[in-house]
Amino acid sequence: MHLGLPTFRGGTHPPEMKELSRDLPVEVLPVPELLACSLSQGIGAPARPVVGVGEEVRRGQLIAEAGGFVSAALHAPTSGKVRSIGECPHPVGLRANAIFIEPDGADEWHPDARQELGEEAALALDAKEIVSKVQAAGIVGMGGAAFPTHVKLSPPPDKKIDTVILNGCECEPYLTADYRVMLERPGEIVKGLRLLVKAVGASRGIIGVEANKPEAHERLLREVRGVEGLSCRMVAVKYPQGAEKQLIKALLNREVPSGGLPMDAGALVQNVGTSVAVWEAVASGRPLTERVVTVSGECVERPGNLLCRIGVTLGDLLAARGVRAGARRLISGGPMMGLAQWNPEVPVMKGTSGLLVLDEPAPPEHVACINCGKCVEGCPAHLMPNRLSTMGERRNWEAMMDWNVLDCIECGVCTYQCPAKRPIVHWIKQGKNELRLLKIRAEAEKKKKEAPEGVPAE
Amino acid sequence: MFAANFLLLLAAAESGANMIETVAWGGGVMAAIGGALGLLLFVASRAFAVQVDPRIEAINAALPGVNCGGCGYPGCSGYAEAVVNEGVAVNLCAPGGAEVAGAVAGVMGVAVDDSDRKVSVLACRGTREFTSDKFEYFGVKDCRAANLVHGGAKSCRFGCLGLGSCVEACPFDALVMGADGIPHVIEELCTGCGKCVTACPRDLFTLRGEKQNVVVVCASHDPGKIVNRACKVGCIGCRKCEKTCKFDAIHVVDGLATIDYDKCKHCGACVKACPRGIILNFRGARRARKERLEKAETAAAREAR
Repeated sequence: MHLGLPTFRGGTHPPEMKELSRDLPVEVLPVPELLACSLSQGIGAPARPVVGVGEEVRRGQLIAEAGGFVSAALHAPTSGKVRSIGECPHPVGLRANAIFIEPDGADEWHPDARQELGEEAALALDAKEIVSKVQAAGIVGMGGAAFPTHVKLSPPPDKKIDTVILNGCECEPYLTADYRVMLERPGEIVKGLRLLVKAVGASRGIIGVEANKPEAHERLLREVRGVEGLSCRMVAVKYPQGAEKQLIKALLNREVPSGGLPMDAGALVQNVGTSVAVWEAVASGRPLTERVVTVSGECVERPGNLLCRIGVTLGDLLAARGVRAGARRLISGGPMMGLAQWNPEVPVMKGTSGLLVLDEPAPPEHVACINCGKCVEGCPAHLMPNRLSTMGERRNWEAMMDWNVLDCIECGVCTYQCPAKRPIVHWIKQGKNELRLLKIRAEAEKKKKEAPEGVPAE
Repeated sequence: MFAANFLLLLAAAESGANMIETVAWGGGVMAAIGGALGLLLFVASRAFAVQVDPRIEAINAALPGVNCGGCGYPGCSGYAEAVVNEGVAVNLCAPGGAEVAGAVAGVMGVAVDDSDRKVSVLACRGTREFTSDKFEYFGVKDCRAANLVHGGAKSCRFGCLGLGSCVEACPFDALVMGADGIPHVIEELCTGCGKCVTACPRDLFTLRGEKQNVVVVCASHDPGKIVNRACKVGCIGCRKCEKTCKFDAIHVVDGLATIDYDKCKHCGACVKACPRGIILNFRGARRARKERLEKAETAAAREAR
């Protein structure tokens, strides 16, 4: 155990499996024949297309504007022609519209996306300019949740953020995309962090790196040395150390209140990859059009870390790295929180951190909860997943609400540890969804009651 | 008894017999306290009695007592209170049917608006034979949970997921999961309570009334090409039904045949025209059931005689 290293209460230690791809430098994936740029890249309203079918676009050109404040703009990942705009599968399962671009092979940048500022000038920008450049570049959180970054950078005036945390934990097994970015681009990570600290008016920036990545820690430490207010700290190796609330607890010893956001604890957490994207957007005016994706798992012939354009499909990645016989699961993201996929036409999103092909067999039938308490011990959100699971099994959604189901971060520790093999997180996700539907129904009924009588139901 | 006790007490006090005296005193005092409290309770029960409308109890007795909630009130007693206090309709009890509606109406002294018996019908015939799975689903065996994972494994995004959330929700065992992978409604047992309607994540159940004999049993709004790939018994929007109908009662709306029951005459022309066989006519089944019920009734009457 890494005694003495900061961490949180609970958690677990799944096999890391990072040796498959951790020592492989980032490779550039050639641009495929068709790119599917989903209009629903992250949390929030889908983007609105601003280009028409048949139109020529160049890399970095705005092709869809944000559909609201909590929404991110979308840019052409390469130069080419818009083939169509229509339905496209989405990793979350619902269908979303996408702009399909046929690359012309030239991969030419749009002039708007080449506004080199230079390091000095970029670091001298004020907070407002940084946020507006981040917003224009369509940056979302690249750790997985894909929350628009400019929203996180614009907290309400009564919320004071004093610390920006860069998340370099990458606690999900198999994934090494962030690790490679930390090794290969530490300078840009730290410069991005300086911009983030400035953007929210914080006084310090901390990079948290799990203790199983000493090389990354060392390189970042070298970069932050001499920069006022910045530090790089090691945290214990434990899943889910990279969850933002757990990282805040480890580094600042502050608890994000129930139902609250990191800003309620005076902190802002960003992924290291996002920091690089922020630096690129501000210093070079380059919008987010590519990201590093780890392609790994027992059933991938040549695992690796690929720098690919937003919009390549999972099928393109699999074709590039080869799939072995016996593959049973396709997962977008890590094995703990990632989403199982079935359709190779699903495109890579701004928040896609990995693609895993595993031979994991079907889980055994679950049995009744034996109340061993392993899930309670492991829950980093201090919930009682055993109780929540039985409530879910009996469809007692209201009771789940009383047991704070909405504080669940869906990290999957409970399900991973459960000796009765109960699909606890699935019940919790269903419970959250049912509670949402119940709320909608209750609000509709309330509205109906409040409506003046005598008005026809039509 | 009190008097006897008292006499004993007095006697004991006079005789000066120590032990008997003590016991008797104790008993006497307890009896006195008991009597006083009893009197108090008696007075309180009269003074603070809660007046219950006898009609609520009468209605409660007439209701089936299954507490299905199909009426929209919390259980049978909740409905009984609502009928008396809020004046809601007397025929909301689906399981009870006309008989209970009559009884409730009798208590309330009103006439029943003859309630239309409703039965549930599933708008999908996509059995395993006609559909396929997009992927292997390992999660919670519940349609609502499965629907959250890429909209379920079934090839059709509108069709029945076949995990039986409706079967579990039915309080009357009127739904059974068939070996073919979709649930079947046992019309004899269905009371039209509507539990399956809310349980289904895809809104595939409708409560079919007396006038809705002809039903389209598909819910897919996808274009014909996609439907064809997903399911062999899905509505492809070919409009044959529309062209056959003499009463302008069936139209393909948003890729799905939809019947206007104000115009439908249950002639069954569309049933024959549908190339997918997904328009069903329940008129025959309904008549057969009616005849069967009448026969049973006359037999019962004969036996009673």
